[in-house]
Amino acid sequence: MKISVASGKGGTGKTTIAVNLAVALAGKDIDVALLDCDVEEPNGHIFLNPEYTESVPVTVPVPKVDFSRCTYCGECAEICQYNAIAVIPDNVMVFPKLCHGCGGCYHLCPPRAISEVNREIGKINSGHGRGVEFVEGRLNVGESQAPPLTKRLKQSVSKHEVVIIDAPPGTSCPVVEAVSESDYVILVSEPTPFGLNDLILAVEMVRRLGLPHGIVVNRADSGDDRMLKYCESEMLDILMKIPFDRRLAEAYSTGKLMSEIDRVYNENLFNMYTSIKGKISDARACDYQR
Amino acid sequence: MRELVIISGKGGTGKTSIVGSLAALGKSKVVVDCDVDASDLHLLLNNNVREIHDFIVSCKASINRQRCSDCGLCADYCRFDAIKYEQGEYRIDQFACEGCGVCRYFCPEYAIAYEPVKSGEWFISHTDHGPLVHARLGIAESNSGRLVSLLRQKAREIADKNEYDLVLIDGPPGIGCPVIASITGASYVLIVTEPSQSAFHDLNRLLELIEHFKINCGVVINKSDINLTLTDHIKKDVQARGIRVVAEISFDPMMTEAQINSQTLIEYTVNDSTRKIEQIWKTIYNEMQSSPGFQQNSKKEIL
Repeated sequence: MKISVASGKGGTGKTTIAVNLAVALAGKDIDVALLDCDVEEPNGHIFLNPEYTESVPVTVPVPKVDFSRCTYCGECAEICQYNAIAVIPDNVMVFPKLCHGCGGCYHLCPPRAISEVNREIGKINSGHGRGVEFVEGRLNVGESQAPPLTKRLKQSVSKHEVVIIDAPPGTSCPVVEAVSESDYVILVSEPTPFGLNDLILAVEMVRRLGLPHGIVVNRADSGDDRMLKYCESEMLDILMKIPFDRRLAEAYSTGKLMSEIDRVYNENLFNMYTSIKGKISDARACDYQR
Repeated sequence: MRELVIISGKGGTGKTSIVGSLAALGKSKVVVDCDVDASDLHLLLNNNVREIHDFIVSCKASINRQRCSDCGLCADYCRFDAIKYEQGEYRIDQFACEGCGVCRYFCPEYAIAYEPVKSGEWFISHTDHGPLVHARLGIAESNSGRLVSLLRQKAREIADKNEYDLVLIDGPPGIGCPVIASITGASYVLIVTEPSQSAFHDLNRLLELIEHFKINCGVVINKSDINLTLTDHIKKDVQARGIRVVAEISFDPMMTEAQINSQTLIEYTVNDSTRKIEQIWKTIYNEMQSSPGFQQNSKKEIL
């Protein structure tokens, strides 16, 4: 079962929920893996403190020009939609960071002067921490393309009873890459105007992708009731409410888990998992009847 | 004219609240919200949308069923797994399509259409604190970097036309494509962070990026009293890199309260935080003004 944890914006407690849920499940002897798909800013390791066992570079193919064959015809630059190749009378310039690795230039080049070489954009590190298999993607600083790394990250995890995906913030391509194919998406938000604005976008996203979803309200007593009214009118499932607790903020700041503050959080998270599991099998039964 | 960008590696550090307050303090400026995924700044600035434009930058492929012979060559060429054989025919997954156009090029039946698609909208708004340029990237769309560049360009045009001295930019989270598009060529980058292990980790990645681009920058530690030890550690670490810690702001529930009332903190109250923000504004303004190449466009005072 794949459960993603997402949020329209950052700082709502997404990583907190993802990590603590994973640890709570591991505590109940469930075989669980956590995938940190926030490859621009991976933070899960701070809380799991994993012992890394493997680190694999992730590469994308970029073109390399053999100038002894090149006729400077310019067809490669013409097919490239990303402005990653420029052809001038006696040179071909390749801008690897703009290249999406589509292979168009390579396939097209009439004198077959283009070959492809691998360029590293980041790493996938895996290990174990607090009973959880942990896999994270780390985009190299200065690299702009997160989705290829996320895609590889999702493929690199072995079979587990439960896989929890910590998604990046937002609603654009890196998030979609992270949450697609999930059985359920937990959207973490907080009851402030910013929180509501971003939750509306996140709900729109999961609906467009056709993924079952529910809401965790973090710092539930910090803002006003506009968000709860929205959830009610849209008939969104509220999975859990977490009050604002300065002890939690302080624990988070030092990389501690919620259960280290109060054991009850683990129980609550486990109950949330049980209810999500029920919702997924209900949904499947519905599909079957149709 | 100067471009001041405010970013934070991690979301939720209070970046937008601080940008809102700076917007309320500045006089001769255009404000830009470059968080095109989840823009929030307009909620504080009381905006009135004056112009709406479509953001069209890329094309996507689609299959003309009448012409398609289901040979599958397109799927062989697609590197993004966007073309799949489902229910007896080839289909293009619009979410996965990166718009490279390779499938169209190699389709023997000329059955692939490749047309511009709308990836979002961008707006020019009137606010209580001057013009605001902002946008809304469509769900699941890429090209956020290009949209950010477009917003910055529009803001510069407005600034030039009206002889404004400053473009104030609320940046996106992360260190990827939209962030890189937000900070390249900027005059000054202000980073808002908080004393948590994860924010500190993200700050370090962000500072690496800034050093890579060699931009003048400063750091603000928000919610600094949540973890005094870590605040102290961050301060020392940042200073050791030769970067100035412009201010420390204590955890302030007023920030949320101001947000609920759709106001910037500066308008909502006068307290320790607002005094700190005024100090930030003065510090950065002086630093930008004393840096080479600065020419004040107008007689208007920024402060």
